[in-house]
Amino acid sequence: MKKISLELGSGGKLMRDFITQEILQTFRNSYLEELADAALLPANIALTTDSYVVDPLFFPGGDIGTLCVNGTVNDLIVSGAKPQFLALSLILEEGLEWTLLKKILKSIKKAADEAEVLITTGDTKVVRQGQGDKIYITTAGVGEIIAQPSWEKIKPGDKIIVTGTLGEHSLAIMLARGEFGLEAEIQSDCAPLNYLLPCWQEGALWMRDITRGGLASVLHELAERLPYPVIVNEAAIPLSPPVQGACEFLGIDPLYLACEGRAVVVAEKNKAEKLLHRIKQHSLGQTAALIGEVATSPGRPGELLLHTLSGGWRLLEPLTSELLPRIC
Amino acid sequence: MKELRDREVIHSLLKTIAQKTAALPTLPIRLMEVCGTHTMSIHRHGLRPLLLEAGVEMLSGPGCPVCITPDAYHEAAIKLVSSTPNIILATFGDMTRVPTRLGSLQTVVPASGSEVKIVYSPAESVTLAKANPEKEVIFFGVGFETTIPGIALAVRQAWQEKITNYSLLSALWVIPPPLRAIVASRDVNLDGFLYPGHVSAIIGVKPYQFLAEEYGLPGAVTGFEPADILLAIAAILDLIQKGQPAVLNEYRRVVRPEGNPLALKIMAEMLEEKDAFWRGLGYIPRSGLQLKEKYQHLDAEKKFSLKIAPEETHFAGCRCGDVLKGKILPPECPLFGRTCQPDSPRGPCMVSFEGACLAFYKYGYTGEKISFS
Amino acid sequence: MCLGIPAKVIELAGHNRGKADYLGTKIQVDFSLLENVNLNDWVIVHAGFAIAKLNEEEAAETFELLREYARFLETLPSEKEKK
Repeated sequence: MKKISLELGSGGKLMRDFITQEILQTFRNSYLEELADAALLPANIALTTDSYVVDPLFFPGGDIGTLCVNGTVNDLIVSGAKPQFLALSLILEEGLEWTLLKKILKSIKKAADEAEVLITTGDTKVVRQGQGDKIYITTAGVGEIIAQPSWEKIKPGDKIIVTGTLGEHSLAIMLARGEFGLEAEIQSDCAPLNYLLPCWQEGALWMRDITRGGLASVLHELAERLPYPVIVNEAAIPLSPPVQGACEFLGIDPLYLACEGRAVVVAEKNKAEKLLHRIKQHSLGQTAALIGEVATSPGRPGELLLHTLSGGWRLLEPLTSELLPRIC
Repeated sequence: MKELRDREVIHSLLKTIAQKTAALPTLPIRLMEVCGTHTMSIHRHGLRPLLLEAGVEMLSGPGCPVCITPDAYHEAAIKLVSSTPNIILATFGDMTRVPTRLGSLQTVVPASGSEVKIVYSPAESVTLAKANPEKEVIFFGVGFETTIPGIALAVRQAWQEKITNYSLLSALWVIPPPLRAIVASRDVNLDGFLYPGHVSAIIGVKPYQFLAEEYGLPGAVTGFEPADILLAIAAILDLIQKGQPAVLNEYRRVVRPEGNPLALKIMAEMLEEKDAFWRGLGYIPRSGLQLKEKYQHLDAEKKFSLKIAPEETHFAGCRCGDVLKGKILPPECPLFGRTCQPDSPRGPCMVSFEGACLAFYKYGYTGEKISFS
Repeated sequence: MCLGIPAKVIELAGHNRGKADYLGTKIQVDFSLLENVNLNDWVIVHAGFAIAKLNEEEAAETFELLREYARFLETLPSEKEKK
């Protein structure tokens, strides 16, 4: 009998197949078919939802509370919507400490204030001890559509901006678990991307938050829709030294690490410099960088190419399976 | 350190290599990078097409322990964790994705109370056994000479501390014998070898001498940064030019001629040679290691009466075996990029990060020629 | 086949255990395979074990050689024109 394995949830091929073969087949409609971060509904409404299961619940730079607000809010922002209202569902494990729950609620409140959204409805369930892991949270978010992002408007010469150093969220979690004997001063980048909203009026054509799958997967998703190649300059990709160090030790490619407060912005050719300057002025965007462009050559339409540090070229593929430390 | 990846340094080295090959009669010069980490680095930095342009074709060798470990080992591990309650199967991350007839360690649903646990160091597997006395901890340890001393130390610790819920499912391989097998089979035309840097940090440079002396093939031990690789290739080209086969050490900052004596000592103390089956290469005399008689109670194969009968198993059409021998390049396999892709691998070379097929697929830019100016 | 990362020894505890640092990330290391490890030595770390000491003189020589290659590039006329 076929059973669900952990691999299904890892964001790789199994999950993509599950979404297209089961979810899309069962529920097919024109909104779902976009398979976007947020569904763009009539009356200028954008809707999104996400579930949060994270171990440990608290980590340097954030906790499950900040995560469940920022993750949902960011999906709306990169879809061209201003986040307004959230729904909050809690699944609690019997025996969870009250103080812990209160601390998480407080953190949700603080994150919601910062992201300028209201928690407007919700639900609470409790499951028996051992049937859940302390707390699971689901949020849904609604926002007002303020821009019409479209990859169709993207032309050769348009620039790729990344809004800050990569991979801190993934590694902060990994280190907080105390796994693999690693220590580093790495804080999660978990943050709301509201400061990017004005960019929609200043030359941003397309955005994605860099979550599971990392920069490479996000850019791949863009490139495969474009009739042009996309080129990334490895030397320009912002990485903090401890992230580079940890990645070298574990044999992990930082281009596949998840963030929770970073985005890729595609900017119109002539407005890119100004847009980058604007992003860098915000405290969350200080390490932003222009890392590449939509091109005509080298490469073929739809390809994502990396110009490596040492001057070679290679194709970047999307994440295929969970990132694991390796010895080889 | 930054010199090792610097664009100008690399450009200059490539020019030097092109000048050296221009003086040779037949091109391209075909060199085998024995080690999967070299394969990975060559592809990751996009060096392969640049080297081809400079007259050097790189062939991948058998140096990926995950790739050459036969399915029988992976299947034994999968069966163990899916049918035995309350065990922890600890292994390295790269081992969990190898596809077999029974799925992989990542898609397996473990028996009740059991789990697959990924470790970075063999030492963690002993820690797991001590922290979980009510469970059996089996360390599925795979590796070449670089990794083997650490695995041997972990087992010795379990033995010294009399930890009874610990055992090793071992897939341990040594590098020189398959190199002899590849050269002796005459399946592959080679002009020289790029020898593994970190295996050589343990075994030194002598074990490759026979390739120069008996087969007239030059080679160099080197590191894993782009500049290391290109410096070594330039040095091998000089040997070819002079017609003087030898083994050079181009990784002197790490590799001593005699290797690492302490590591060799612990290996000799805990392990003994055996004839072993390599995927794609078959049985090779004295190419594997196993725990000595004295430590048999720590050998998972004995402890759980596992029947591991390696054979050449593969999906129809998969030519990982020929890829591992350097006989063909990955794109020459009929499955490559079609039914065999990174997210649906048909063979181990498409699984392991240093598998030649995955490296080719992920990093091998095979499109039209790129202008590098 | 074997990732090995150069890291600087920053802590030595008993039983051959300690820590090494690369770019600010610290990792637990077992030094059992090396003799006479000292603080501030550079070692190659593989799967949690230090497998070799880095010979700093040899490293400096390689880097100097590479800088020469970079300079060699500048002497090529065609390259100059491009710049």
